[in-house]
Amino acid sequence: MADAPFDVAKIRQDFPILQQKIYDDKPLTYLDNAATSQKPQLVIDALVEYYSRYNANVHRALHYLGEQATSRYEGVREKVASFIGAASPESILFTRGTTESVNLVAYTWAQERIQEGDEIIATGMEHHSNLVPWQLCAERTGAKLKLIPVFADGTLDLFALRGMLSDRTRLVTVTHMSNVLGTVNDVAEIVRLARGMGAAVLVDAAQSVPHMPVNMKELDVDFLAFSGHKCCGPTGVGVLAVKPEQFEHMPPFMGGGEMISRVKDLQSTWADVPYKFEAGTPNIADVIALGVALDYLSGVGMEKIQAYEKQLTEYLIQQLQSIQGLRIFGYAKERGGAVSFALDKVHPHDLSQYVDQQGIAIRAGHLCAQPLMRRLGVTAVSRASVYFYNTTEEIDRLKESIVKAQQFFDHG
Amino acid sequence: MDDMEQLYQEIILDHYKHPRNKTALRAEEVQADEENPMCGDQIQLAIEVDDDVVQRIRFDGKGCAISQASASIMTEQLQGKSVAEAKALIEQFVAMMRGERGIEPGDNEEWLSLSGVRKFPLRVKCATLSWRGMQKVLADR
Repeated sequence: MADAPFDVAKIRQDFPILQQKIYDDKPLTYLDNAATSQKPQLVIDALVEYYSRYNANVHRALHYLGEQATSRYEGVREKVASFIGAASPESILFTRGTTESVNLVAYTWAQERIQEGDEIIATGMEHHSNLVPWQLCAERTGAKLKLIPVFADGTLDLFALRGMLSDRTRLVTVTHMSNVLGTVNDVAEIVRLARGMGAAVLVDAAQSVPHMPVNMKELDVDFLAFSGHKCCGPTGVGVLAVKPEQFEHMPPFMGGGEMISRVKDLQSTWADVPYKFEAGTPNIADVIALGVALDYLSGVGMEKIQAYEKQLTEYLIQQLQSIQGLRIFGYAKERGGAVSFALDKVHPHDLSQYVDQQGIAIRAGHLCAQPLMRRLGVTAVSRASVYFYNTTEEIDRLKESIVKAQQFFDHG
Repeated sequence: MDDMEQLYQEIILDHYKHPRNKTALRAEEVQADEENPMCGDQIQLAIEVDDDVVQRIRFDGKGCAISQASASIMTEQLQGKSVAEAKALIEQFVAMMRGERGIEPGDNEEWLSLSGVRKFPLRVKCATLSWRGMQKVLADR
């Protein structure tokens, strides 16, 4: 089985949305996977099954449905922990997504560990979700926020990081894979440098967990955040994985039911982790469906997914490079399948609108990375991003459509 | 005419490729600096009003064909109008783009071309960006 070829035609059959034609007769060509992935039928079925067979609140319901729901919900903690190599199921917190996961760290751990005059280091290529929470945190705590510069090829200047780190650095927070440049950052090296100064490390793994094997213990990071919807799961569920010793520095996030041990009139004590951080009725259905999505990805094989996407990305870059007047942003050697580019004479929005009429979905805009856009000297880019269900034929279709768009907007 | 041609009619592409009254502006000349946070389209306006008449409008900006063409069209159409006429035209244009007002017999061909954008709700803001900037500048007059 391990050597079976990657059968993309068979995989595509698992995704009902990919079977359709849009605008009458155009096959859907979905190349916006860095924004969100499509869902296999199994995941869709899991949601329906939950609501039609064992919908109940978790943890306190002493009846058949409650036990079913609780055991499946809690079972996903184990699946997630093993999928990303986290320390234990208890170190997995369910959130609404990467954004909430990062904010959780910024509002709990950071409140306790970061004081006035301390330093937080992020990078010049962060998604707003791993930048704005730290801008707010710096304002609240009086800490200083610094950004690791980005080289022209789309990699981080880790020499600069050495100079930036000091004994006041409390946290280095970095994206594992850039949603704009595709760059896979050298997290192991960043961790090594940060540890030397006693700083903790958070990795935004929203773009990496869906596309490559990720092992939190090997990376040795303190916090790892990702979203379910980018890895074949439903929207509205994400994960924050925490290195267990950091829990000591984490007061509660939101207060409410589920997160308490004993509630008195004027004060309370807290439940053990992970429940201390999951106030209120959790997103039971979506967590369960996320578990199904991760099982599905494991079934396909993350190594195989990574290898296939590497070929596909190389092909995509090759095809884009062959188009005159097209400039690609980001040439890191270690990279994933999000490829941003600009055309000399066609604005990204016009391009995106044009190719959409041919059934092709790509992204246009600042990609939630305005500081990086400024560094690149643009206000917007176009981005094509692949997943393991995409094909070289789809990339050919994109290329053909881009060339047609150039003719359309550039005649006369 | 397919949807693409309806959205990007010849007249829009012409204004995009050969924008009227588009020029670099000095910071102190800029009276409106509009940005569409959704997509980063930018329009800056420099407006000269004399005798209660909009004498001259110049713009600068970056963005898609729709946003830049619409700004170019606006400068041509509002120059020479009284402030009250300009305000009324802006209101009518924005209402048309938002689908609150239909196409009317007297509407000029530029408006007819831009009306194709209404089929693409996400792009309506691109078309109205410059007009809204103008509206803000004239509001105090």
